[in-house]
Amino acid sequence: MTTIEFSVNGKPVSVALDNEDTPLLDVLRNDLGLMGTRFGCGLEQCGCCMVLIDGQPEKCCAKPVSSIAGKNVTTVEGLGTPDAPHPLQQAFLDEQAGQCGYCLSGILISAKALLAVNPSPTRTEIALALDGNICRCGSHNRILRAVEKAAAVMRVRA
Amino acid sequence: MNAPVLPGPLNDNPRLDLWVSFPESGKVTINTGRVELGQGVLTAMAQIAADELDVAITRVTVRSGVTDGMPNEGYTAGSQSIQFGGLAMGQACADVRALFIARAAKILACAGDELAVRDGAFFRNGTATGQDYWTLASAIDLSVNASGLARRKASADLRFVGQSSARSDLPAKIFGDDAFIHDMKLAGMKHARVVRQPNKGASIGTIDEASLRRAAKGAIEFVRSGDFLAIVGDNETAVELAGAAAINHVTWTNVETPTPLQQEANWLLQRPVIDRLLGPPEPSDAQGKQRFEATYSRGYLAHASISPSCGLAQFKDGHLTVWTHCQGVFPLRAALARTLKLKSDDITVRHVQGSGCYGHNGADDAAADAAVIAMLTPGTPIRIRWRRDEEFIYEPKSPAMLVKVRALIDSAGKPADWTAEIWSGNHNGRPGGGNALLAGYALPDQEPLPQANEVPEAAGGGATRNADPLYDIASKRIVHHMVTETPVRVSALRGLGAMPNVFALECAIDELAERAGVDPVAYRLSITTDMRARAVIEKVAAMANWQANAPGGNGAGRGIAFARYKNRAAYSAVIVDLEVDEEIRLRRVWCATDGGLIVNPDGAVNQLEGGVIQSASWVLKEQVRLDGGTASFDWDTYPVLKFSEVPPIDIALINPTSSDMPLGVGEATAGPTAAAIGNAVSHALGIRLRDLPLTRERIMAALLKE
Ligand code: FES
Ligand code: FES
Repeated sequence: MTTIEFSVNGKPVSVALDNEDTPLLDVLRNDLGLMGTRFGCGLEQCGCCMVLIDGQPEKCCAKPVSSIAGKNVTTVEGLGTPDAPHPLQQAFLDEQAGQCGYCLSGILISAKALLAVNPSPTRTEIALALDGNICRCGSHNRILRAVEKAAAVMRVRA
Repeated sequence: MNAPVLPGPLNDNPRLDLWVSFPESGKVTINTGRVELGQGVLTAMAQIAADELDVAITRVTVRSGVTDGMPNEGYTAGSQSIQFGGLAMGQACADVRALFIARAAKILACAGDELAVRDGAFFRNGTATGQDYWTLASAIDLSVNASGLARRKASADLRFVGQSSARSDLPAKIFGDDAFIHDMKLAGMKHARVVRQPNKGASIGTIDEASLRRAAKGAIEFVRSGDFLAIVGDNETAVELAGAAAINHVTWTNVETPTPLQQEANWLLQRPVIDRLLGPPEPSDAQGKQRFEATYSRGYLAHASISPSCGLAQFKDGHLTVWTHCQGVFPLRAALARTLKLKSDDITVRHVQGSGCYGHNGADDAAADAAVIAMLTPGTPIRIRWRRDEEFIYEPKSPAMLVKVRALIDSAGKPADWTAEIWSGNHNGRPGGGNALLAGYALPDQEPLPQANEVPEAAGGGATRNADPLYDIASKRIVHHMVTETPVRVSALRGLGAMPNVFALECAIDELAERAGVDPVAYRLSITTDMRARAVIEKVAAMANWQANAPGGNGAGRGIAFARYKNRAAYSAVIVDLEVDEEIRLRRVWCATDGGLIVNPDGAVNQLEGGVIQSASWVLKEQVRLDGGTASFDWDTYPVLKFSEVPPIDIALINPTSSDMPLGVGEATAGPTAAAIGNAVSHALGIRLRDLPLTRERIMAALLKE
């Protein structure tokens, strides 16, 4: 058993594991009960499992949890709640940006990371930032609109 | 008076209490046999029920997809949920409302038509009567059959239908809640992975258990029945590791090794077939007319759902409960009963949302995997989740199709005789009727299955879907060769044969227009008297500011195509602007659709956009590769359209508040989009490409040949 400590959405956590190479995604879902980060491929190809690690967007389905020790992880649960939604979440609701919605957790995280470095992205810049996220349902244009809208809201608030 | 004809699903499930109940004060529960697949059907059903019952939509709870106490509506597929399921729901609610009105009138000693319902309360001459659905509910027996006599609301009286309604299922997906079957946890649940039988008829050779245990880095157990082998354990990471390692530590005999030749549609020629002729025989001579002939094709496609399939099951006290994201809980229950040799009554199947499926993906098979393991480990809840490669390799594929179009052209340059000759595997591989659940192929003592059959024409056909042009052509026929053996398992994907057939027929129409020297829009209008068809073509041409006879051939192109899905659902016309050098870049797409009365306009637009994008992805990128096995097994070997490759799309709904019956829209844009891209590429290059996907290799080869 190895014990690994890190923080998730601002709270310190400690997990004891037989296999310290367990992917962070499995730890989030199975040990910490945070189901918002989704499994899509386990191959770092689809972006469903995108989280922020010390502010950087990273796919966590193949990332050994041991490599996260001492770091800060942000998941979609850390963005906002129905009562206090993050501007991105509000914009996704307003634009009805999604069909099955399985891709959305990862896309919201990628978008948050983009807006942190580029508060006024063009449609093309948003699209390029989301190229690591697959949406199979074809909700792309709504998602792009929602990110543009959230960016505008956040610029006003900033 | 003759009894009215009930809408199909209501006729099959006539008892009103299957559809509507008033469980607690102020609440209405409706049950739909349709399931949420990300298409927003539950929201649309709530809109329909709220209008017919005259209650606020917030009072309506929608239950769906359970094999107990709910209407059996078969599969949620084929863009039929609103067109047929919604019709049934609306009539059931109208009948229920009529029963309550009659009862209230009796209590109040007045005529029924003196009463109005406002948000569930009964009013007479504008005054509340003190009666509402809930005061009367206990006195009204809803276990009676629908009469179909109650009149549906006139379109002018609809309050919720026709208004864009926010999807009730989206918030959970935006806030990261446990929205999906993948997120379910049952007490004492164990995780499992199946060591997949490579193909029907393959047998397990050796199992190196020690190596698998080492690979797991955690405790695992093995569960086996015949050639069905599974790895089970408390720790998902351990079973996942062992499952992935099984390819190296379990050997199989009788393994098939398909070749790249078999992945192509022209491999279907010369295979064993079952033939059908739909329409009059083909004339043996040209009757003095010009002949046109061209061959179009498309390879095998994957559903490629974003999440691999998942299923849960528990066998306890002689009863099996299965949780699944499949499209039809009742058909799955029947298939499970046959495979597991149980009575249907001893099985409950519950739908829980998964990611978008677009047809028959691995969902049924994953549910069966969980059920088989649950039967072998009584009492323990089992959760299975396929790996990414497992989903790509083992999900049923949309069959490759080859379509030859032959036409006789009259002196005005218009088609007078039309033949679509089709080679395809069947699109009907759903469990039942000749097809087993994947686990069933590996289990011992399974009954032999009859020959699988294609989707019948009455249900819109499978390989023949949309092969019959809607244009005014004096004589038409379809020659259908159903290929009985395919190199991969095949089944239903969004629109079945509609995409390849519309691609073939609408590209052929453009080729005929070019021969006649007529602009593609004008040519289509010259052979169409269907007013709704004309309207969508004219509308999309106006949206895109279509210029007749615009010059092409310089690498930038524009194309149009049209279809009425299944020739009886929604009408859609699409225009695509694109650029081609070695690759195709989509610049902009316009689409006009007439889907009759639209229940949820924003939801319909969402579906139409999704159809455009998915079809563009199929056309530009997608083909399942075979090379000793299925060589498309992840997102690198089966790429799909990326965000930066998706063009802006403008969608217009024509007469969405009309009194015309709602027509299914979910699959309406795939065919026209595919053909519009094909026509735009031809316009851009001056060369016709007839084989999908339109990959860089194919474009380069065509340019070199010129
Ligand atoms: S699940 Fe991590 S990238 Fe696909
Ligand atoms: S909404 Fe289904 S994958 Fe994006």
